[in-house]
Amino acid sequence: MNSPLSIIISREYLERVKRKSFIITTLLVPLLMIICMVAPALFMLLGDDEQRNIAVIDDTAQIAQLLRDTDDIRFTTLDNGNLDAARADDDYDAILAIGARAIDNPEGAITLYTRGAASMNTDTEVTSQLNRAIEDIRLRAYNIDNIRQILKEVEADVTLSTVRIDTSEDTETSSILSYFLGLIMDMLLYMFILIYGQIVMNSIIEEKNNRVLEIVVSSVKPMILMMGKIIGVGLVAITQILIWAVIAGAASGWLLPFLSSSTDVSSEPAVAAAIQQLSDTGYVASLFVYMILFFVGGYFFYSSIYAAIGSAVDNIQDAGQLSSVATIPVVIGIIASMSIIQNPNTALAFWLSVIPFTSPMAMMSRLPFGVPVWETILSLTLLYASFIFMIWLCGKIYRVGIFMYGKKPTFVELMRWARYK
Amino acid sequence: MNILTAEHITKNFTGHRALDDVSIAVPRGKVYGLLGPNGAGKTTLIRIINHITAPDSGTVTFDGHTLTAADVAQIGYLPEERGLYKKMKVGEQALFFARLKGMPKAEAEQGLRLWFERLEITDWWDKKIEELSKGMAQKVQFIVTVLHRPKLLIFDEPFSGFDPINANILKREILKLRDEGATVIFSTHNMGSVEELCDEITLINRSRNILSGNVHELRKTYGGNNFELTYVGSPDALTAAVSPVASSFSLGGIDRDGRASAQVSLNSPDDLRTLISAANEAVSLKGFHQLLPSMDSIFISAVEASNNTYEPQTENTSEQ
Repeated sequence: MNSPLSIIISREYLERVKRKSFIITTLLVPLLMIICMVAPALFMLLGDDEQRNIAVIDDTAQIAQLLRDTDDIRFTTLDNGNLDAARADDDYDAILAIGARAIDNPEGAITLYTRGAASMNTDTEVTSQLNRAIEDIRLRAYNIDNIRQILKEVEADVTLSTVRIDTSEDTETSSILSYFLGLIMDMLLYMFILIYGQIVMNSIIEEKNNRVLEIVVSSVKPMILMMGKIIGVGLVAITQILIWAVIAGAASGWLLPFLSSSTDVSSEPAVAAAIQQLSDTGYVASLFVYMILFFVGGYFFYSSIYAAIGSAVDNIQDAGQLSSVATIPVVIGIIASMSIIQNPNTALAFWLSVIPFTSPMAMMSRLPFGVPVWETILSLTLLYASFIFMIWLCGKIYRVGIFMYGKKPTFVELMRWARYK
Repeated sequence: MNILTAEHITKNFTGHRALDDVSIAVPRGKVYGLLGPNGAGKTTLIRIINHITAPDSGTVTFDGHTLTAADVAQIGYLPEERGLYKKMKVGEQALFFARLKGMPKAEAEQGLRLWFERLEITDWWDKKIEELSKGMAQKVQFIVTVLHRPKLLIFDEPFSGFDPINANILKREILKLRDEGATVIFSTHNMGSVEELCDEITLINRSRNILSGNVHELRKTYGGNNFELTYVGSPDALTAAVSPVASSFSLGGIDRDGRASAQVSLNSPDDLRTLISAANEAVSLKGFHQLLPSMDSIFISAVEASNNTYEPQTENTSEQ
């Protein structure tokens, strides 16, 4: 615990974690998320518990009797069939007028008159009941015995199992799982880089403004200082994410059964395949390790770019323009990985996952689908080598940047600074 | 023996030469003044000594060997632009910097407690820097600079922002550190404190070293031709007697004992004997001594002389 690097890391970490703003955001964000998740469900429960009374004027005299009452809708068949009388009657929330030709040609023959706007739920429910009723009546007209039985026997339910044949052993993959895994990791990485990279940048700018840097730099090498800041802030990020994960885990343990008790998800074939893939520990372990490596590498690489920008300017306003140098490749990487995720094995995908600017994002998309080991190693090596190079470059810029107050450097000047002794 | 020597240091920034063939030699156990007008290159030289930046050419020797990054642990630096983390507590912050300089935590904490008592700031330990006044923060900064008992201390304008009482406390502490064996490089514009504290100085102007030496010697050399006489007798007679050898002459007041004073600048040092005998004949001479110029006037005359000698530089502003 006594090397300069660890002293800087621990200061950077402890100072941030102890701040009130850190504690507040760490607790507030999950609270907001929970509110966002629970609120719609809560409104649904509280809001529309009234049964809507719909009057049915059925000129076909066949459909009305097939409509079934639900929790939300009660159908009342009016035998005398006077639309105007029904419209005048406040007891009915809506009137469903079914024309005589509705069975042969329902187009334009059926109308729902409502007081107030028709709710989406009512609309869907009524439409699907009408469809079923009309289909039933039409089928009956063919006079086939056991028609229901026959239909049931005809129905097919296909589950496609995909097996990769280009890898050494045939592995069963679930593309839906890979898709979502890649998507989630991409988004996380994107947020991580943008939010925490900027924190690294601001922390360096702040130190320049405080003039602390001159004292720090007379004690440790700038490269160590940069490294310490990046790792320290990274650890803060990990702490925050872990706290969120714990809260999310606890919350979903408590909320999920409450929200989705009725539907049994695991009966869906795609989900079943995903669950099966997740129980393959080898796959999960290697995927996890690679993703962490790319995640950390991506954060390191980009935060070292942000650090270099921070060391070149004296205030956050000036940093804005230069920081687009870092932000644009991140955004390009994210957009590209959205297309890679649809088709992970193209030449474009390969090149994007080799270039360090886009490789963390591209690899997040590709890894769940399986990537040859040599490609992964090549990509990781390039990423970490570029990170070390960036940190070195940033230390150079920093040393010169100290002397330059009140002057906004151009990109070309920065490159020149890097060549100074 | 010199603890630090810098030889033929040159450093360029874009379109601007910050140091041009500057050499200094800092003797061990002395207070060494690094003087010069604003923008002369002092801070750049200090940063080179601190290994913050490297010279384009020239060598720096510390304690008998070429200066390396490891040597900065032996140097304590108080920059002109003071810098502390505003949101960090005083004690934690001082500990952090001490540990960066390689002090073990327990030792640093013990040393800090002693220093806090010495400067009577023990109750600040848990305060944040942003709660302190500027002068208070400077005391903390001073402790941070000296805590790790460096062999070489560099103070850049250490008294700015201090009231006279605290400035005196600080002067006392700086001299005490010197007496305990530390060498001090002292950069300032305040010539009064130079006379008081410095043993040797170097004057840098427009990136060049224009004057170096022992403070006492320099004052003697620069003031070689100025003398003060006290006498009893007629001012007119004295004036008549000394005017052939004096380049300037002025009469002073008369004190309670009836003795008058006069100041004389000689045309040449060789005229000293003539002056004394001529004055002695004209009046009754009661006292005679050499007038040493203040560092202020040495500074001004040396800088002006060098400004007239050298070509003005094209760009001389971007250094901080």
